[in-house]
Amino acid sequence: MQLTAQKLDWSVHGTPLLIDVNLTVEPGQTFGLVGPNGSGKTSLLRLLAGLNKPKAGQVLLGSQPLNSLKQRTIAQSIALVEQQADTTDRVSVKDVVSLGRTPFLSALRPWSTEDDAIVIQALADVDMVDMADRLWHTLSGGERQRVHIARALAQKPNILLLDEPTNHLDIRHQLSILELVRQLPITVIISLHDLNQAMECDRIGVMEGGRLIDSGHPQDVLTPNRLQQTFGVYTHVIHDPMDGKQVMRFRSAV
Amino acid sequence: MSIAITRLSLAGVELRWLWITPLVLMAALIAGTAIGETQIPVETILKVLANQLLGTDYAVDRIDAGIVWNYRLSRAVVAACCGTTLALAGVVLQALLRNPLADPYLMGISAGASTGAVAVAVAGIGVGVLSLSLGAFVGALLAFGIVVMLAHAANSGVGGGRGVQAAGAIILAGIAGSQLFNALTAFIITKSASAEQARGIMFWLMGNLSGVRWADVTLAVPAALFGLLVCLWHRRSLDAFTFGADSAASMGIAVRPVRGGLIIAMALVTAVMVSIVGAIGFVGLVIPHAMRFIVGSRHTRLVPAAALAGAVFLIGSDILSRVLVPGQVLPIGVITSLIGAPAFALILVRGKRS
Repeated sequence: MQLTAQKLDWSVHGTPLLIDVNLTVEPGQTFGLVGPNGSGKTSLLRLLAGLNKPKAGQVLLGSQPLNSLKQRTIAQSIALVEQQADTTDRVSVKDVVSLGRTPFLSALRPWSTEDDAIVIQALADVDMVDMADRLWHTLSGGERQRVHIARALAQKPNILLLDEPTNHLDIRHQLSILELVRQLPITVIISLHDLNQAMECDRIGVMEGGRLIDSGHPQDVLTPNRLQQTFGVYTHVIHDPMDGKQVMRFRSAV
Repeated sequence: MSIAITRLSLAGVELRWLWITPLVLMAALIAGTAIGETQIPVETILKVLANQLLGTDYAVDRIDAGIVWNYRLSRAVVAACCGTTLALAGVVLQALLRNPLADPYLMGISAGASTGAVAVAVAGIGVGVLSLSLGAFVGALLAFGIVVMLAHAANSGVGGGRGVQAAGAIILAGIAGSQLFNALTAFIITKSASAEQARGIMFWLMGNLSGVRWADVTLAVPAALFGLLVCLWHRRSLDAFTFGADSAASMGIAVRPVRGGLIIAMALVTAVMVSIVGAIGFVGLVIPHAMRFIVGSRHTRLVPAAALAGAVFLIGSDILSRVLVPGQVLPIGVITSLIGAPAFALILVRGKRS
């Protein structure tokens, strides 16, 4: 399903956080969002998920404006993995993942074996089936993140929004999550700090000061010039002799 | 995988133990009716019940029949309703505010309800239990509104303090709100009530079941059932708040109407109970935590468990209040606070450690 942002403006207490953001993500694409801290990546994802209403402009899910849809309808199509979401409740891993079925359940549509199957598949996707009975507070940061992703996958979304999902993960799980995300047959919008990982996305958008200043194919967008302007770093591109892919190394520009 | 499937099917509704709840509730009600200064045999109680409900004609001592039917049974039923309601209000507030210390008593809802009820009682606006409840409801909403606004102001003052800071702020705001409304109550009593009225109100304020009659039952039972149904209906919404309001919204919960509606519903039923029996503390704190420990945090199990445990706890506290000091009836709020205050301390200490 296509997701479109049209001329989005968003501000909090008079401070503009997003300015005139236009973006179209095609069905099945993996779209990477990069940008320095405070450039508006999280704000944009929140607006795309329908958590905040834009001050101006609109978000279209397919052809329908997001603000004309019920929260429940949105959640049946769009799932969000927040950067930080914690709880002090005594809940198990499978409890958390089954929360993902919330938008499909009601008093008249109780839990079914189909929901069980979806929850198990989601756990398997993030390699957590063996930990299904573990309690939340016994998990490491990386394990919690994988459970959150499984919870989002249990929503069976057409569009998955991920806010820096690899932050707390060790390198093996970073790679496995990114690999999983790329292989999903759905639209994914993912904010990332690791620019080399961002290179693997189908398309990429660069945020700076609340604006989406550039978007396109990663190799066209993440140029040494752009990185110096936006991130303030010098970039050297070298080529991996293994597969010929380009790798970026960074030095401080100060 | 097949092992995993059987294990995971528990993620669905699991209420196999539900059938014991009416039995436990009946046993508690009978105990509440039997135990007291005059012990009444269970056989006599059953005979009185049969005479009243089924129209039979067993020979029962007239005084015993009067104690059972007019005095103790109505009292036990109202205690059960009150316990259920306060426990559920605690469950809902803790889930929605993401705060383990949230409770209608600590959040100022009970204090506001008391002020509202006293204002109606003393000023004599309208008559009867319904207008008392209405006054209590207005007071409860007013107090909760002030507490939430105060907490909000405290948070935005230090710059968007989510999480721990917000949790602390709402408890401090609750204390401030409770003090304010308790002072207002005292002011109204001192200024306007006669000495006779004042004594009665002060006794009622500490939580008291002595004056309960069948008329109160007809108000308490529907209120408690309404509270229970609202919580059961919204059990999945309450679960969805496990990781906070944003996470609930991303899972399709319309946060503002659901949260607002649930809090107003709980303020309403709490106000009804306060208008009947006064402000009884700590039930909404102790019961939800104890039940989470036993049945877990999922509301499909927690809501019925807390409803039952709240009822049994308050019937038990009422029995204690009648037998602890021979010849004297303690206000039930004294018993629940004696149990609840140490539990509060325990939750506070454990929360700090984790």
